[in-house]
Amino acid sequence: MSTSQDNHPQTVLKAQELSKQVSSPEGPLTILDRVSLDVREGESVAIVGASGAGKSTLLGLLAGLDVPSSGRIWLGAAEITALDEDGRAALRADKVGFVFQSFHLLASLTAIENVMLPLELTGTDDAGPAALQAIRTVGLEPRKRHYPHQLSGGEKQRVAIARAFVVQPSVLFADEPTGNLDKRTGEAVIDLLFKMNADTGTTLVLVTHDLDLAERCDRILFMDAGRIERESSRSAGH
Amino acid sequence: MNKRRPSTLRLAWKLLTRDWRAGELTVLASALLVAVAAMTGVAFLTDRVGQAVEMRAAESLAADLRLDSTRPISDDYAALATANGLRSAHLSSMPSVVFDGEANTLAAIRAVTAGYPLRGRLKTSERLLGEVEVTDTIPAPGEAWAAPRLLARLGADTGAEIEVGGTTLRVTRVLDFRPDEGWSFVDLAPTLLINDADLGATELVQPGSRVSYRMLFAGQRDAVDAFKDLLDARLAEGERLRDIQDTNPQIRSSMERAGRFLNLASMVSVLLAAVAVAMAARRYSHRHRDRIALLKCMGASESTILRSNVWQLLILALVGGAVGSLLGFIAQLGLAWLMRDLIGQQLPAPGLAPAVLGMITALSVLAGFALPDLARMGKTPPLRVLRRDLDPPRLRYGASWLAGVAAVLALLLWIMRDTRLVLTIFAGATATFLALGITGALLVKALRGFRGAAGVAWRYGLANIARRGRESVVQVVAFGLGMMVLLLLSTVRTDLMTTWRQSLPENAPNQFLINIQPQEVQAMSAFLTGHDLAAPRFVPLVRARMTAINGEDVTQMTFEDPQGESWARRDANLSWSDTLQADNRIVAGTFWDPSFRGAEVSVEEEFGRELGLALGDEVAFDIAGETIAATVTSFRTVEWDSFSPNFFMVFAPGVLDAFPATYITSLHVEDARRDVVLDLMRQFPSVTAIDLDAVLGQVRDVMDKAALAVQAVFVFTLLAGLTVLWAAVQATRDERRYESAMLRTFGASKRRVLTGVAAEFLAIGLLAGILAATGATLAGFLLAENLFDLEYHFSLQLWLAGPLLGMLFVGLSGMAATWRVITHAPVNVLRAA
Repeated sequence: MSTSQDNHPQTVLKAQELSKQVSSPEGPLTILDRVSLDVREGESVAIVGASGAGKSTLLGLLAGLDVPSSGRIWLGAAEITALDEDGRAALRADKVGFVFQSFHLLASLTAIENVMLPLELTGTDDAGPAALQAIRTVGLEPRKRHYPHQLSGGEKQRVAIARAFVVQPSVLFADEPTGNLDKRTGEAVIDLLFKMNADTGTTLVLVTHDLDLAERCDRILFMDAGRIERESSRSAGH
Repeated sequence: MNKRRPSTLRLAWKLLTRDWRAGELTVLASALLVAVAAMTGVAFLTDRVGQAVEMRAAESLAADLRLDSTRPISDDYAALATANGLRSAHLSSMPSVVFDGEANTLAAIRAVTAGYPLRGRLKTSERLLGEVEVTDTIPAPGEAWAAPRLLARLGADTGAEIEVGGTTLRVTRVLDFRPDEGWSFVDLAPTLLINDADLGATELVQPGSRVSYRMLFAGQRDAVDAFKDLLDARLAEGERLRDIQDTNPQIRSSMERAGRFLNLASMVSVLLAAVAVAMAARRYSHRHRDRIALLKCMGASESTILRSNVWQLLILALVGGAVGSLLGFIAQLGLAWLMRDLIGQQLPAPGLAPAVLGMITALSVLAGFALPDLARMGKTPPLRVLRRDLDPPRLRYGASWLAGVAAVLALLLWIMRDTRLVLTIFAGATATFLALGITGALLVKALRGFRGAAGVAWRYGLANIARRGRESVVQVVAFGLGMMVLLLLSTVRTDLMTTWRQSLPENAPNQFLINIQPQEVQAMSAFLTGHDLAAPRFVPLVRARMTAINGEDVTQMTFEDPQGESWARRDANLSWSDTLQADNRIVAGTFWDPSFRGAEVSVEEEFGRELGLALGDEVAFDIAGETIAATVTSFRTVEWDSFSPNFFMVFAPGVLDAFPATYITSLHVEDARRDVVLDLMRQFPSVTAIDLDAVLGQVRDVMDKAALAVQAVFVFTLLAGLTVLWAAVQATRDERRYESAMLRTFGASKRRVLTGVAAEFLAIGLLAGILAATGATLAGFLLAENLFDLEYHFSLQLWLAGPLLGMLFVGLSGMAATWRVITHAPVNVLRAA
């Protein structure tokens, strides 16, 4: 695994010995077992594995949406695991963007309003123009006043991508971004995602079933039964 | 991009306006609007009708405020009144024998200044039994207006020259009605109304003469209230203030009952609308869990979410309060317009207070019933964006609803200022809610047994009810509650109103005959029977003066209630009876058996309270120099508006029988046969007849107006009930639509889906209907018995209407809510989900 060194990109996300247990009728269940990883600035990392392998749990922990049973996480210079929920929220507002499998657009907001929302949350003055620019970038300007139910799946995900990038996050987390899309639409959306990732220099952490998609990332972490079984990187091959 | 500290107000405003545009707030806002409109509409209307009723009541005082004195009243008061924007008039009255040639009789001389009466109008006629006209003037100097009884006793008519003390006045008109006629045993002699300018010439005002002085005041309500406080502080000895609260007990009793109806109607509206708000808020926050999770995911803190939600509610409350008040005002205008012929007079303009009330209602209802749900939403874990099964911690409904109930309770106590009524209704509402909840749960559980017995669609429908468990109970209760109120309104209300009106039947006694000597009782009975009038009940009356309570001299006692002191200082009318009168009800202690003979007395409740009496106290009276004593063994309430002879103190037989008594009675005489009364007075000259038609008319008028207002107010209650039903349909609409779309996707035919949905709603409707009928029957019974002192009649219609209405209404609305699923491709529904 990488460590930060001079002349090398800095580590932007670091996890150390992460475990997560939940209670179940059969007693405590370990869904994440002492996982450690480093992600460098600008890097794209795919987490793959079968259902129940612990991918989404890991993503939730890395993004500060959940707290581990043990272990530590750093996002930039801040230790997420030392923060309370409000602290984690502030950190997410500042550094994190999300793209979800089920889009999570707000049904009562138009496309552009959905993109404006994270800017408005952080009190940005010119939310309108910035959101319009983002909508333009994903090619949806003509549909900016449409409500989510008036958009196709691919269009919804493009709005979600615009929303994720509009706050210029340092890390973008994507949970099965093509899971709800057909292959062609999925590819188009992924092209867009990687293009914007490259343009903005954002770090990308994505969870997927799709190996083709994973292979477009710099590095792949293979998970099974709550552990990272192995990893491969594009430079190293599989 | 420039970043500054995010403004949660701006965020709240944006989210709220966008929600509004997207139709997310429709149910919540409608429920809120109905709550506020119901509250303010009622408040505006009752304010106006109340003012009209008060004005009518003020007429019986001929003023808004009256100062009584045993000494001439200083003109300073008149100047003070003018300075405070009030009108005033003088009234001096005294008994005096007047002469028309040889004929003479005792008259109550009333000398008045211009402007009298300040409230209400005099009615006069040119001659005895002539056509009655309304007038706005008073007798000119040198003239007098005489009551018909006075002229009958003198055997005279208009044109007569009557000697009044040291002067002679010409009777120019018959005084058929003065608004302050009222009736009391003090004011027995018939009236002769004269101009105050002639009072000096009559030489009736001499040291030691029994003149009572009155000054009347009238003006704007606020000014009158302020002036009353001012006068209260300055009252000299022997001066006493009376306002409309002190008017005839008949009118007061009637007004109090009307007030209870109105308050009940508006309270029920607010409670119902609050339930609708709670249901709508629950749905709203339920639908917004994803949004909260997303906002948190994007970095919004829990406190930001909470503050944003509070702002949203605040904005909603302000806008809802303002718009609702406006709607309430418009609705009230419409109602007043609809009732214009029935009211028969211009209603006074409403005050602004109801609009303030509207704002407070909106705030309390939202804070109490919507905030707990929205506050809980702030706790939605952000991880929900990845795992949709993660919900915020379950709301402890007991605790949160307690807050809501407390908020609305405080609001209602503040508005109604009638703790007993509010607490009674609240206890009733809570019991109803609990009973509905428990019964609803049992019914839902019982339904499980029928699943196997029905077809596929029915099995699916009934299974849904059982599966949704808690939700189904909530729905059954909400539907049941809404329908219960509708049923109460449609059937019980009519019963209550009819019974109420019947408490003052068309042939209510309108003549009181007093001073009947024991030996005249039989002859009078015969006289009345001979004139085809039913022989009435003659009640004995003994005049007495209270001397002691529990052995303590009443003249030395101090009374907490000034009214009690005045009762103790003046002559009392006592009566005795072996049975309790039908319009009396024992509220404490027990009434004696008909065979009982002994020293016991039953006391009217309020009279007893004013005197500070308790059960077991011994009261002593002086009757013609002899002292008697009796023990208080019961307290009674009296329906003063029944117009039957009633007494504050009724003794058991055996105490008063030995004392000289006179008898009193009351009877109904048709308008066309009033000459019988004149005949009767000629035949029994010592008997005094008191004409109650005027008071009776006033009470009827108050009742009619109040009944009208109550009917109108129930329209709002009806709307509130419908909103609850609507909110209940909306509550599970999303889920139903989704499920139906799924079924269609799996290949169920339109018909089958429709039958399944219909089965579910029909079953819920049936359960709710049964609950509603049970609830309405119980509520109607309890209301009639405990709150309105009316007899309750069981209604079979209610038991037919309840389940039928429930199935029809709930079935239809449920199907309407899911209709789109059946007529549109299921993919649209699934896609929007």
